[in-house]
Amino acid sequence: MRTLPRRLAVAIIVAAIVVFLSIKLNAFRDFQIAEIATEVTAVAGLTVLTGLSGQISLGNGAFMAIGAYATALVLIHLNWPFYLVLVIAAAVTAVAGAVVGVAAARLRGPYLAGATLLLGVSLPSLALAYPGFFGGEQGLNVVFNTPAFLGVNFPLTRWQAWVSSLVALIVLVLLANLDRSRIGRNWRAVRDNDVAAALDGINVAAARVRAFVVSAVCAGLAGALLAIVTGLVAPGGFTITLSIALLTAAVIGGLGSLAGALWGSLVIVLVPVYVTDVATSHGLSSSVGANIPIAAYGVVLILVMLVFPHGIQGGLLRLISAFTGPGQKSRIRRTAPTRHVTPSADQAPASQHEKEGTS
Amino acid sequence: MKKSQRLRWQAAAIMTAAALGVAACSSSSSSSASSASSSNAALTASAPGITATTITIGSHQPLTGPAAPGYSEIAPASNAYFQYVNAHGGIYGRKIVYKYLDDAYDPTKTASVVRQLVLQDGVYAIFNGLGTPTHLAAVSFLNSEKVPDVFVASGCECWNAPTTYPETFGWQLDYISEGKILGQYIAQHFKGEKIGYFYQNDEFGQDGVKGLNDEIPASSVVSKQSYVTTNVNIGPQVAALRASGAKVIVAYSIPAFTALLKLGMLKLGYNPTLVVSDVGSDPITLSGLLEAFAKQGGATVNGNQLTNGIITDEYLPALSSSDSWYTLFKMIHDQYEPKAPLDGNFFYGMAVAYTFVQAMLKAGRNPTRASLLSAIEGGLPQGPMVAPFAYSSTNHLGVTGAYMGTIQNGVVVQQGSVLTTTTDATSPITPYTGTEEQAPASGIPSP
Repeated sequence: MRTLPRRLAVAIIVAAIVVFLSIKLNAFRDFQIAEIATEVTAVAGLTVLTGLSGQISLGNGAFMAIGAYATALVLIHLNWPFYLVLVIAAAVTAVAGAVVGVAAARLRGPYLAGATLLLGVSLPSLALAYPGFFGGEQGLNVVFNTPAFLGVNFPLTRWQAWVSSLVALIVLVLLANLDRSRIGRNWRAVRDNDVAAALDGINVAAARVRAFVVSAVCAGLAGALLAIVTGLVAPGGFTITLSIALLTAAVIGGLGSLAGALWGSLVIVLVPVYVTDVATSHGLSSSVGANIPIAAYGVVLILVMLVFPHGIQGGLLRLISAFTGPGQKSRIRRTAPTRHVTPSADQAPASQHEKEGTS
Repeated sequence: MKKSQRLRWQAAAIMTAAALGVAACSSSSSSSASSASSSNAALTASAPGITATTITIGSHQPLTGPAAPGYSEIAPASNAYFQYVNAHGGIYGRKIVYKYLDDAYDPTKTASVVRQLVLQDGVYAIFNGLGTPTHLAAVSFLNSEKVPDVFVASGCECWNAPTTYPETFGWQLDYISEGKILGQYIAQHFKGEKIGYFYQNDEFGQDGVKGLNDEIPASSVVSKQSYVTTNVNIGPQVAALRASGAKVIVAYSIPAFTALLKLGMLKLGYNPTLVVSDVGSDPITLSGLLEAFAKQGGATVNGNQLTNGIITDEYLPALSSSDSWYTLFKMIHDQYEPKAPLDGNFFYGMAVAYTFVQAMLKAGRNPTRASLLSAIEGGLPQGPMVAPFAYSSTNHLGVTGAYMGTIQNGVVVQQGSVLTTTTDATSPITPYTGTEEQAPASGIPSP
C-alpha cells in the first residue's frame, strides 16, 4: 500500500496538467481531451481484462453501448445529476458484465474472441428492435450543460474535458490498486497457468468473471462519458469497429499496462485526425485520401508490433532501462507471471478439465 | 511469459484481420482546397470562416463505410462545381474552400468531425452534411454554436424546425411529401391491387410511410416490412411480401437495399411492380450494385435490364443531353472530376453546390452568418430543381415537388407533369404550372 500515495500524487499532477491544457488550448482540443479520456477509461478496463486476466474481448463496445444508453435514458427520463448517472451506468454494466463473464469464463482464446464478437455485433441492434424506447437508428439525444456555478461563459467542451478526465483518472487509480492487490495477482496467476492457479487455491472461474465485470464497468463508464461528450447515443456509434479500436489501443499501448492505455488512446484519437489533416493539405487524390487514416492505423499497428512487441509502454520502459542500467529492468516485466498467490479456501475449478484441450 | 506473448499475437492477428476487413469495405475520396490569389480591398473578413479571399465551408460525408457506395460521389461533385466557380471569379472574388471529412456514416464520428470543422478549422457553415442519423448528431451542436447548417443531404422532416433549429435548412424533397406523391400515383394507377411496403426502419422510411398512408387506402396495404441498414439479410421480408400476394411493392430504401430487394425477389421468382423512392432509385448506382451483389453470390445479371420498369420520382432533371443543366454539369464533370461516374449522385452534388452559390451571392458582398440565413429565408430561385423551394422564415424544408418516372435503359423517363405538395396530410397534390429554369450560359448563377 506504499504505492497508493504515489499513485494519488501522479493522478493529481495529471489532473493539473489536464486543467492547464484545457485552458490553454482551443475548444476542439478540449473536445479531444474529453474523447481521449473516454477512450482511456474503456481501454484501461480492456487492458486489465486481456493483459492481466488473459481474456480477449471483442465485445467491450457493447458494454460501452449499455453504459451510454443507461446514461441517456436516466438523463432523459429522470434527469438525475451526472454523478448518480455514472453510478447507474456502472451498476447496469456490472450486471451485464457478470452475465457475459459467466459464459466467458468457460471459453478461451479465439473461442472467447468469437463469443464476445457476437456480443459486440448483436447487442447494439437491440436499440433497433425497440425503437420506441431506444430511439431506433436515430438514437437518443443527451443534453449535458455546464453547471451554473461556473458561469454562463464557461465553454462546454472544457467542462466535458474536466468531467471525462476526472472519471478516467479515478478509474486508473482504482485499477492500479486492483492490479497490485490480491485480485490482480490472482488474475495473473490464472492468465499464466490456470491449472497451477487452481492448484494454488484460486477460484479460476470467479477470477475470470471478476475481470470481466471490472472491464465491463470501465466500458460502461466510458459509454456514459461518450454520451455526454458527443451528445448522442445511437447504434451506429457502437459498431464492431469500436470494439476493435479499443483492443487495438490496448495492444498498441501495451497490454496489461495502464499507462499503455493512455498511449494507445492518444494514438487512436489523434493519429486519424492528424493523418487526415496531412492528407488534405497535400491534396491527395480523392480516392486515396479517405482511406489514408485506415492505412495509417494499420501501419502504426504493424510497426508497434514489430518494434515494441510489448506496446508503447513496454518500449518506453525498455528505453529507460537502457539508460538507467539493468537495476531497473525488473519493471519491464510488470506483467510477467507472479508466483505470489494467496491461498483461499473456496477453490472449485469446476470447468478445469474442459480447458485442457483448448489452452 | 510464453502464454501472454501468444495472447498478444492472437490479439494482434484478430485485429489485423478485422482492420483489413474494415478497410476492404471502404471506399474513396478526400477533400481539396483551392488557393487564394487576388485580393480585393472592399472584401473583409466579415464572419468566421470568411477572409478577404476565401470562404471556408465544411461537411461530414460517408466517404467510407456502409453508405459510401454512391453517396461518396456527392461531395467531390460539389467540390468540382466550387472549383469551376472559383476559376470563374468566385463569389464576389472569394474562393470557396470546401473541406469535407469522412464520418463513415457513424454518428459518433459525425459529432467529432463536425466539432473539428467548427472549433478547429473555423468553417463559415456546414454544407450538405449527409445522412439522417449522422446529421442528428450534429444539429443541436451547430445550432448552439450558431453555425449555418445548410442544405442537409437528407429529406427528414426534422430539419424543418425554425424555432429550435434556426440555423438548419433542408434541400432535397422531404420524405413525407415524396411519399404522398408516390402514394397518389399508386392509388391512381394500381387501384384495387394489393400493395406491400418495404422501408428502412428510421425517420427516412417512417416519414415516407407516413406520406404513403396519406394517399393509399389502408385496406389495400397487405404487408409492411422494414429493414435496418446493419442487417443485409432481408430474405424473410421478401418472403413475407411474396406470401402476402402484393402486386405492387413501394420501397423506401437506400440503393444497396433496393438492389438486395430486387435480387431477393428475383431469387423467389416474385415479380411485382416496384416503386422506389428517389433516394434508392438512381439507375446507374442501382445497376452497378445489382451486378456487384449478384457477382458476390456467384451469379451474373444485367443491371440495366433489372432496373427496367422501376417506378420512381425525381426532383432533378433527367440525365439527358437535351437538358441544359445536364450539359453544364457534364462539362464541369469532364473538366474537374472526369473519373467519377456521371450519375444521379454526381448530379445531386453539383445541384446542391449550385444552390449554395446562389445563397452566398444573395447573402451579400461581405456576408455574415446571419445574412446567409436571411438570404435563404427570403427564398431562393429553383435553379436546377424541377419545382420551387419552400424556404421562408417558417419553412426550412427544401424543394416542394417532383415528377414521376419509369426507369428505361438506365435513365428515368418522366411520366406526367411535376407535382408539388407539402408535408401536411390534408394539403392537396397539385401539378406545377411554372416553367423550369434553364442553366445560365456562364454556369454560375447571377447575384
